[in-house]
Amino acid sequence: MRKFNILTLGLSAVAGLMMSGSVALAAGAGGQIVERDWSFSGPFGSFDKGALQRGFQVYREVCSGCHGLDYIAFRNLADLGYNEAEIKAIAAEYEVQDGPNEDGEMFARPGIPADRFPNPFPNENAARAGNGGAYPPDLSLIVKARPNGANYLYSLLVGYGEAPSDMTVPDGMHYNSAYSGHMIAMPQPIYGGDVSLAGEGDTSMEGLSADVVTFLAWTAEPEMETRKRTGIAAMAFLLVMCFVSYGSMRYVWSDVKK
Amino acid sequence: MQTQKFKSPVVRWIDHRLPVFSFMHHELHEYPTPKNLNYLWNLGSLAGLALVTMIVTGIILAMHYTPHVDHAFQSVERIMRDVNQGWLIRYIHMNGASFFFIVVYIHIFRGLYYGSYKAPRELLWILGVVILLLMMATAFMGYVLPWGQMSFWGATVITNLFSAIPGIGESIVIWLWGGFSVDNPTLSRFFALHYLMPFLIVGVVILHIIALHRFGSNNPLGIDVNGNQDTLPFHPYYTTKDMFGAMVFLTIFASAIFFYPNFLGHPDNYIPANPLQTPAHIVPEWYFLPFYAILRAIPDKLGGVLFMFGAIAVLFVLPWLDRSPVRSGRFRPVFKIFFWLLLADCVLLGWLGAKPAEGIYVILSRLATAWYFFHFLIVLPMLSLVEKTRPLPQSISTPVMGGAAMAGSSAPREKPNA
Repeated sequence: MRKFNILTLGLSAVAGLMMSGSVALAAGAGGQIVERDWSFSGPFGSFDKGALQRGFQVYREVCSGCHGLDYIAFRNLADLGYNEAEIKAIAAEYEVQDGPNEDGEMFARPGIPADRFPNPFPNENAARAGNGGAYPPDLSLIVKARPNGANYLYSLLVGYGEAPSDMTVPDGMHYNSAYSGHMIAMPQPIYGGDVSLAGEGDTSMEGLSADVVTFLAWTAEPEMETRKRTGIAAMAFLLVMCFVSYGSMRYVWSDVKK
Repeated sequence: MQTQKFKSPVVRWIDHRLPVFSFMHHELHEYPTPKNLNYLWNLGSLAGLALVTMIVTGIILAMHYTPHVDHAFQSVERIMRDVNQGWLIRYIHMNGASFFFIVVYIHIFRGLYYGSYKAPRELLWILGVVILLLMMATAFMGYVLPWGQMSFWGATVITNLFSAIPGIGESIVIWLWGGFSVDNPTLSRFFALHYLMPFLIVGVVILHIIALHRFGSNNPLGIDVNGNQDTLPFHPYYTTKDMFGAMVFLTIFASAIFFYPNFLGHPDNYIPANPLQTPAHIVPEWYFLPFYAILRAIPDKLGGVLFMFGAIAVLFVLPWLDRSPVRSGRFRPVFKIFFWLLLADCVLLGWLGAKPAEGIYVILSRLATAWYFFHFLIVLPMLSLVEKTRPLPQSISTPVMGGAAMAGSSAPREKPNA
């Protein structure tokens, strides 16, 4: 039996190249991106529970004024380390529209864990009308929907500042070094000290931004920890199976004269 | 007696009336296979594994998916979040498409290098090209189903290609869409066809395997088998080898699914489709990039479409373009160089397909497209006439055994229950 020949290696290398090529084109959207080490990056990464809870608080007190979280239900907050009673209490703080009742009327009631986060605006037009024509996107998937999502979002949150002197920023727009084109409709959301955290934590602009990015990385991929844990087990199993199947192949082939 | 090879009386009873066990024994057990196949011959069984994986995960996804423009994106997110292990099923299916193409592309280039398309395997090769075409159609329609930005705009760009057909083009596009733009009728018919086509692929794969088993596998030497000393029974030799290959493949596949599931996807497809907002760059999935580069290299729309389909069409007639009697590139010193150039050219086309169609990229795309057709239409027919090939070995056993052919040394392993 021949060992790996050059053609096998060559074709595998090409396959790898083609695949990485498609990623290269996804990166590089124009702005300046800060690369950070996240608790959730890498095959063994997991979400920092403290950062998730702090980030959730930042979302509630800062982002949720304009941005929805369509795909997240209150029950999902169990992933953040809240128990059932806490989740019920959080849900009850929100008012949810329900109905129609027996009289055909829609009515408002306190939220329950099965409800999803209510949207800040009834529809897209209302959202645009309330934000100078710009539409604040839903944040559930935002980290997955941008190239290099977590780093990009963090860079965007800390990327506000004075525009260079050769650049005129029109009314209703803001300078941001991370945003493609450097002009963004969203005003700077986090300045530092915006939130009085329930527990301990860094309330600087960088600290709060990193926390809310961690929270949004979770909303984009709530399955991530299960996925990686399953992956470690699957890899261990498959590697053992590689050795076992290699051994059985060698055993079977041992009577074939070279 | 055919049935005596089975120990179980139940199996013998069934086999006497419905010889499925004899059939399987003949095609998967005794089936004589050249003894000198290298690991590149694992890719056929891997493609089969990938196809079955896609069909199984696809059927489960279809149970939870809603083919409607208002619900498709949400239903996919629901699969990711609320269906038990839905994220796993969907990530397997999503990455499975890419891995299916990786496997098939390596399989094709293996055939190109070792001349597996030559007589008497022309129809085997042509059936393979049919499978490739069906795979491309299936993958394209599958990518539309999540109804993200790239789904929508990819579908718009590709279906619009048909408008290049003179005279009836516009009508054909409207007929394909079921309306005046990519919309709900398009999505629901793409879903129906995406569910249908894998089963057509299965049908052609069966024909592909029937054609394969007529003359058996080609081999790295590209010479015919001379008798039993050149072959091994498929089982257990190649079943164990395919099993090992499958485990290596699954390990790589699993590392993508569990740790980098979105590495091969485009982030824009996590933005719901919006017909009013065109993405900055509309790029197809990586496996279409070489063809996309050819499409954009030609300044004329119809010309681009013709060249793009021509890139596949040329594969159909390949057995008659390359008339060299020597199959394997091992014994064709000049062909070997051109093979690697073609491979490099295809990689270059893939890279160019991902770049914006401007400046130097356009010029390079044209050169690479020209080279692709030059290779098939000029180089291969010319080489058949002028190339001086190296002498072929007398038989598979001769080089493998270092001269003295030892008949019987490769006799089937004794089975305990035989």
